[in-house]
Amino acid sequence: MTNETTPPAKPKRPFFLRRGPMENIATALIAVGFLMLFQPFALVLYTYSLVTLLAGTVMFIIVSKFPE
Amino acid sequence: MTDNNTTLLDKAAEKAVRATPVPLVYRVRGLSDRSIAWLFILPTIVLLLAINIFPLIWAVYLSFTNFRANRPNAEIEGVGFSNYQRVLTDPDIWQAMQTTAHFVFWTILLQMLIGFALAYLIDRKFRGHAFWTTVILIPMMLSPAVVGNFWRFLYQPQIGLFNYVYAFFTGVEPSSFQMLGSVTLSPWAIIIVDTWMWTPYVMLICLAGLRSIPDYIYEAAEVDRASAWRQFWSITVPMALPFIMLAVLFRAIENFKMFDMVVLLTGGGPGSTTEVASITLKREAFESWRTGRASAFAIILFVAVFGLANIYVKALNRVKQR
Repeated sequence: MTNETTPPAKPKRPFFLRRGPMENIATALIAVGFLMLFQPFALVLYTYSLVTLLAGTVMFIIVSKFPE
Repeated sequence: MTDNNTTLLDKAAEKAVRATPVPLVYRVRGLSDRSIAWLFILPTIVLLLAINIFPLIWAVYLSFTNFRANRPNAEIEGVGFSNYQRVLTDPDIWQAMQTTAHFVFWTILLQMLIGFALAYLIDRKFRGHAFWTTVILIPMMLSPAVVGNFWRFLYQPQIGLFNYVYAFFTGVEPSSFQMLGSVTLSPWAIIIVDTWMWTPYVMLICLAGLRSIPDYIYEAAEVDRASAWRQFWSITVPMALPFIMLAVLFRAIENFKMFDMVVLLTGGGPGSTTEVASITLKREAFESWRTGRASAFAIILFVAVFGLANIYVKALNRVKQR
């Protein structure tokens, strides 16, 4: 009879420290910011495009350093 | 004779060793591989910092000031985010952004379609394909100044070849339309020239992608009785996709900065129909001399292209891993 033991499951990192979902959020922010910057529909979207883009880019740079 | 020479050389080497200051000898001998590597790359890093990083940081600093390059002795005052606020609420700059987006979208779409089609044809290796590859590559090798002037002549409504060719196929009067003087046609005139000039570049990258696909995959598909259409969509396109994406990235970054061709062909006109972001930026910086505001505008463009490049590289890595 073999004594099989399963390795203890690693504790899950909090959502805000997980690379995958955070990278996706950052990517979405960059994409939205980019569209806001070049869209022809509303000046107000253009005005807030830089903030969105900057938030996404900074977030992307930070979260891409998180371990997989 | 040879022995004599060797002795002389030995003596010279010994002399050089003796003449070298002792501390330096020890310092050089004591350097680790890592330190030597640093020593070699240090000049490049210094150069990079001086001509890339420093101007970038300086532009960020200027974007928060009221600095004007035509008044270098005037006192520089900090204005906070006011330059950014003005750029981001100016309808003219917003219009320039839309014009830029229009150019980038159409030039990239056309260049990708035509470039990939040409690469697919050239990859068939027909008779004389090397000659035709060289012929197709010629526009890419020309200077934009030459291309701009050359196309200005081609677009001349009275003597230009373009109007005559169009008239030949459609039957309209050659001098009845102006490619560079019309509000509706001038953006397309620039798109045609950029596509003509840079499609060969896209073709070259796509060709590299097509040539990297091993033949045995197609042979296996043939054995499985896959149709040519099926082979194209299931083998050719997915395997050439990283190369196509690279071409899109390179061309997009380049076309966001499109300047020379527009200046040579239309100068941003008629009116401001073809005024792309880089022309507005140049006018702000060197005609209105609002250097601070122009720096803020440049930083906004930089953030946009940098952000796009980031997500694009991520997508590229995903495609490569597949």
